[in-house]
Amino acid sequence: MSAVAAPARPVTQPGPAPLNRPRKRWTRFILPTYTIVMIVYLASPIFVMILYGFNDVPFDRQNSKFWGFTLAWWKNVFNFPGLGDAFKNSLKIAPISAVVATALGTLFGLALGRYRFRGLGAIGFVIFLAIAVPEIVLGSSLLSMFVLTGVPLGFTTIVLSHIGFSIAFVAVTVRARVQGLDRNLEDAAQDLFASPVVAFFKVTLPLIAPAILAGFLLAFVLSLDDFVITNFVAGQETTFPLWVFGAQRIGFPPTVNVMGTILFTAGIVAAAANLVVQRRRQAV
Amino acid sequence: MSDAGAEVAEGTVTPTPPDRRRSLGVRRRLVPYYLLSPAGLFLLLFFLVPLGLMLYTSLQSGGLLSGGFRFTWAFNNYTDVLGQYQTQFVRSLVYSIIVTVAALLLAYPMTYWIAFYAGKWKSSLLLLILVPFFVSFVIRTVQWKFILGDTGPILGPLKDIGLLPQGFRILATPFAVVAGITYNFLPFTALPLYVALERIDKRLVEAAKDLYSSRWEAFRRVVWPLSLPGVFAAFLLTFVPATGDYVNASLLGGPGTTMIGNIIQEKFLTELDYPEAAALSVILMLVMLVLATVYARILGTEDVQRAAGANA
Repeated sequence: MSAVAAPARPVTQPGPAPLNRPRKRWTRFILPTYTIVMIVYLASPIFVMILYGFNDVPFDRQNSKFWGFTLAWWKNVFNFPGLGDAFKNSLKIAPISAVVATALGTLFGLALGRYRFRGLGAIGFVIFLAIAVPEIVLGSSLLSMFVLTGVPLGFTTIVLSHIGFSIAFVAVTVRARVQGLDRNLEDAAQDLFASPVVAFFKVTLPLIAPAILAGFLLAFVLSLDDFVITNFVAGQETTFPLWVFGAQRIGFPPTVNVMGTILFTAGIVAAAANLVVQRRRQAV
Repeated sequence: MSDAGAEVAEGTVTPTPPDRRRSLGVRRRLVPYYLLSPAGLFLLLFFLVPLGLMLYTSLQSGGLLSGGFRFTWAFNNYTDVLGQYQTQFVRSLVYSIIVTVAALLLAYPMTYWIAFYAGKWKSSLLLLILVPFFVSFVIRTVQWKFILGDTGPILGPLKDIGLLPQGFRILATPFAVVAGITYNFLPFTALPLYVALERIDKRLVEAAKDLYSSRWEAFRRVVWPLSLPGVFAAFLLTFVPATGDYVNASLLGGPGTTMIGNIIQEKFLTELDYPEAAALSVILMLVMLVLATVYARILGTEDVQRAAGANA
């Protein structure tokens, strides 16, 4: 991986004098080596997941013996009873909740990053709480509400809950970008007789678009990943993580690894694309 | 911030009659509230109101089979659960403290090196750290259960060649649970640390060196103090959710590692004993609220918001 080449690079990098003037002692390898070891450790369950998705086990439960290479699990990803539906359910919930959370969170983030107003401190604190709150507290409080008000649990309650916990993350993502904006750009547009609304759509929106996209992806991943809150508000509905949690007691099929690999790859592609876009923007 | 100043200056140069200008000012001042209201309403309905209703539930009494629950100011729910589940509360706090310290020790050297020395590889390396966490929490933990299993890919071969006794286990021990939580919450530690370290002006370290400080001294007296806001944000973002975690304890732990989260979810979802479950959850929430308020009072909410928004 590219990380292996990393330690040597900064020394040769041009520009301001590098902090790490070439030290001749072996100790300078400690931190880069440690970082690589950490990255491998963090990724180890992912390697296992990808590898065992190709395991040719003669039955449909994951097993530590590697029986041989097969693509069978990949070919029948969606055919495993129950699991396919749970996976599709997750893929239905995530985009809906991500779109709504992005729309609401973007406006919220704009207000937080852009204006000073009465109540800013209190609202900042609410966002801060929404980020720091343990999921179990959020899940159980939502369940308390749905039980008390008699709202039937299912798809809708899952989507509403997912929107609820994603908004804060979208908001801070957009806020970070808005704060970094040059306010003069919008003023300049208004000096050139653009109405505030036009100035917003022609100037501000394109500038904060990467943050909106990042917020959307974050909300999408948060929704796709969520177990704890979903477990509380799902009722009879299942999602991908819920199904896996239920199935793991008796062992789960390698199909789970395949689905995990698919989601993981999609995540990497999105993140890499985001990185490339950022690089290009910085270069401009 | 200069925003407010800019607003005022703009208002005074606009050649509009005074009354119209005022109404424009009022409208302008309302803009942030318009922007806030949709999401604000949503957060009110699906974050603040539920918390209040959970408080309400926790003071109910009765049973599902004996005619449902009624609100009776049943404060005894709190004393009951505190007495009954003291062990799990203490265990959750102890685990969570160990997790937080371990995660800080693991993440600090790594994020420090990336922020200070990784040059143009910075964002790629950070991405490599965060990439495993694109995979669902449950899936990652299930994989650890598999890796650390009694006959899994690590213990199996070691037992076969006789390096470990057949009965040796990692699963179902406190170590497995603590290690699992540490792994799963590492990004919550690493990201705030990285954001804080990255913001430190690297010239300060140069200056310290110019003034004949050793590298260790430059770290101890310049970098470390300046990174403390990140350490505190990491503490809050790791400690609070780790205390409430029950997924690691149910997947990697055993009967002797039950955490308070396990009790809450069991009471809510299996026993359907809503009042006691809510009481437990409220206690957890209060612990969190106290920590978060003290944190916000002393350090403000800026660091946490910035760390959470750092993915952009």
